[in-house]
Amino acid sequence: MAKSPTHHIPWGALGPWLALLGACIFFATQSDRFLTGGNLSLILQQVMVVGVIAIGQTLIILTAGIDLSCGMVMALGSIIMSKFATELGLPVPVAILCGIGVTTLFGLLNGLLVTRIKLPPFIVTLGTLNIAFAITQLYSSSQTITDLPAGLTGLGTTFAIGNAEVAWGSVLMVALYALAWFVLRETGAGRHIYAVGNNAEATRLVGIPTQRVLLGVYVAAGVLYGIASLLSVARTGVGDPNAGQTENLDAITAVVLGGTSLFGGRGVVLGSLIGVLIVGVFRNGLTLMGVSSIYQVLVTGVLVILAVAADQLSRRGAR
Amino acid sequence: MNVVANPKIVMQAKGLVKRYGHVTALDGVDFELREGEILAVIGDNGAGKSSLIKALSGATIPDEGEILLDGAPVHFRNPLDARRAGIETVYQDLAVAPAMTIYENLFLGRELRRPGFLGSVLRMLDKKKMLVESMARMQDLKVGIQSMTQAVETLSGGQRQCVAVARSAAFARHVVIMDEPTAALGVKEGNMVLELIRRVRDRGLPVVLISHNMPHVFEVADRIHVARLGKRAAVLNPKKISMSDTVAVMTGAMTADQLPAEAHA
Amino acid sequence: MFSSRSRRSTLALAALSLAASTAFAAGEPVIGLVTKTETNPFFVKMKEGAQEEAKKLGAKLLSGAGKADGDNAGQITAMENMIAAGAKTILITPSDAKAIVPAIKKARDKGIMVIALDSPADPPDATDALFATNNYTAGVLIGEYAKAAMAGKTPKIVALDLLPGHPVGAQRHNGFMKGFGLAANDAKSNELSKTPEIACMADSFGDQAKAQTAMENCLQKAPDVNLVYTINEPAAAGAYNALKRAGKEKGVLIVSVDGGCQGIKDTAAGVIAATSQQYPLKMAAMGVAAGVEFAKTGKKASGYVDTGVTLIAGKSVPGVDSKDTKTGAELCWGKK
Repeated sequence: MAKSPTHHIPWGALGPWLALLGACIFFATQSDRFLTGGNLSLILQQVMVVGVIAIGQTLIILTAGIDLSCGMVMALGSIIMSKFATELGLPVPVAILCGIGVTTLFGLLNGLLVTRIKLPPFIVTLGTLNIAFAITQLYSSSQTITDLPAGLTGLGTTFAIGNAEVAWGSVLMVALYALAWFVLRETGAGRHIYAVGNNAEATRLVGIPTQRVLLGVYVAAGVLYGIASLLSVARTGVGDPNAGQTENLDAITAVVLGGTSLFGGRGVVLGSLIGVLIVGVFRNGLTLMGVSSIYQVLVTGVLVILAVAADQLSRRGAR
Repeated sequence: MNVVANPKIVMQAKGLVKRYGHVTALDGVDFELREGEILAVIGDNGAGKSSLIKALSGATIPDEGEILLDGAPVHFRNPLDARRAGIETVYQDLAVAPAMTIYENLFLGRELRRPGFLGSVLRMLDKKKMLVESMARMQDLKVGIQSMTQAVETLSGGQRQCVAVARSAAFARHVVIMDEPTAALGVKEGNMVLELIRRVRDRGLPVVLISHNMPHVFEVADRIHVARLGKRAAVLNPKKISMSDTVAVMTGAMTADQLPAEAHA
Repeated sequence: MFSSRSRRSTLALAALSLAASTAFAAGEPVIGLVTKTETNPFFVKMKEGAQEEAKKLGAKLLSGAGKADGDNAGQITAMENMIAAGAKTILITPSDAKAIVPAIKKARDKGIMVIALDSPADPPDATDALFATNNYTAGVLIGEYAKAAMAGKTPKIVALDLLPGHPVGAQRHNGFMKGFGLAANDAKSNELSKTPEIACMADSFGDQAKAQTAMENCLQKAPDVNLVYTINEPAAAGAYNALKRAGKEKGVLIVSVDGGCQGIKDTAAGVIAATSQQYPLKMAAMGVAAGVEFAKTGKKASGYVDTGVTLIAGKSVPGVDSKDTKTGAELCWGKK
């Protein structure tokens, strides 16, 4: 995978792959059930919600921003979809579009506050995080919404490849990653995102519409969070107002593990997919080994530090 | 100096005025840039040289006065307008994205798209073409960087400056403006950049050069525009005046009419 | 949940003062209810029950909570604000049984009556009284049911617990083991008992989605599981989802604790085999009544009152006392 023009020393880009490979090899030695097709496709399913959120988060972090509201906005989207489809009785496609519409609006709100009012993304999304959470709790009265129509949960259904059950949602996640990878690598809009993150003043001076790029990134992320909320509903079969609370930091963790720099302008979106897979593999593997979930948290923390250190060291070696 | 009987005037400004509150940065300043020359703009702090440059490059809009490009009046509302008119600026902080490659930086904001469906619908960039063109431009200007796929941050200060200059030279149609291009460079790298500036001029693009570095100015400029108190104090011929006299005009210790006729240009 | 604590407590203090001052004007008793979180339906129901009882008895209820399960500091702040606003009785579901004790002592030294709800402080006599449910007993009941329902089959158990070290999680888990007849820690322990019959133990954090992931992973380890213990009904729903996707839901018994209305519905539908029903409304109402009594007569509540737990089962089994889901639905808490 290494020919990214933004890393000419491969270590920074290869690191996450090696970590994932290492983890898989380790767990394969610890349990003979780990490396089965069924288990691996299961992990792919388990990470699909955070995985899609992480695409949006990657785009934002590439512009040297950050989005702390992603998980909460996703939860709001899933509540809107579920309620509209059940209580308001709207047809499923309309309910889905409404949910994605709401999450996109939040993305737009974040983007406008960052570009027009010029507030730092950290502060803005800290605020919208709370607003989204409160709206979700109020609108759902803190109750889970059940008995959802089948159309809403369709992406959770699976098809068989050999003895592996692959969920349609996982396929969608991988497709979205491929799309993001293509746009970021091959189109002007994608390269401009890197440029804005690397040197926003420079992009302004050469005539790139910097504010439009930033706004676009936050709106795109909003759409992605909406898709993630559909995947969340599909996977669990309910609209859960308490979902998304750990996904906020999980998505950022995945992006960092994948080698994208929090300072913007550097990183590969596929790295974030590796990042979510690393976390998913550890959770699955440690459960198979019977090890307490606390160790999973410990491992994640250690990996994050290693990931950031590896990226810094590889770049220092470039000079 | 290029000796031309009736030098063609590429860019001209008459009576530019710019006020910031109570401060008058430009007090009716005139400006003239001729074809095929390197015009250095010097002046003490507060003399109005950066305000003049900002007006010429579209970064600010003057309150009064006019700017003419090839004899026709122009009104720049922003730097993009100036760029579209064929005026390129090399800023002091270079305006490059360090993590991106040389060829990406060269075409930043002006990327080439692939022909046909891939370019118009999928909006894919033609990386190979940009690579080849970058290589050609750099070789044209005799910049000795081997690979266009290196990240700009791996280059030395002088090489980065060359990339920024090459970018402007590649896209400029009328004028290249350079703001302190040799500041913060060592002797060898500074000379490398001066060589490059000469080559840009020799290829037919007039250059406006803002600099504090007197030796560099005297080495490379064809004429020197001295800014003082928001006006143009004099335009001097570096071949017929000493550095110390030039500095004296700049600080006001000497006035323009105290100089012999041949010192003016 | 990430908002500045000091700003939040200033606003809360202002709001409480306003509320309490009007209460003082009317001479109503002021009672404060501090739950673990605002959003867990169990505590939402508790707050509703308290408000109803307060309205009935003519008292003013102030309510607050920590930001998350385990947020001790948030509960202390809420308590202090309520006392400053004039509450003479505090009802609290302690997030951290030990850490809350100094704050409780400070309150009691001021003459405030403090009653623990749902689970005790540590030591239990740190509060004036305890109106709780016995989480250990809740576990024992579903353990006994499971044993009888398995009718001698060799158990292959998956345990979906709360999180390491949490007393409620430990009590329910160990109670279940005891009721089933396996070696179990006693009610005071915070350690989860494990015997060879437990094929896989994982943490669900009481969250449906996380429980689903945990159950899926456990299924990889123990594909022939026939009994699942779950810490609460959302976890049970997640476990059922995982089993259904694997096509294994028919042969597996799921037991749980809570007695929320959604859980009772799941029990009636056969998703959950049996669940221990607890009564947050009753706890809260009793607490408010005690607070009103204290305000009127100065008599403090004392001792431990068990608000009861009832085993609700879809199908009854011989030798185990249980009530049917119709009864469960009448007594349940949550959206009916």
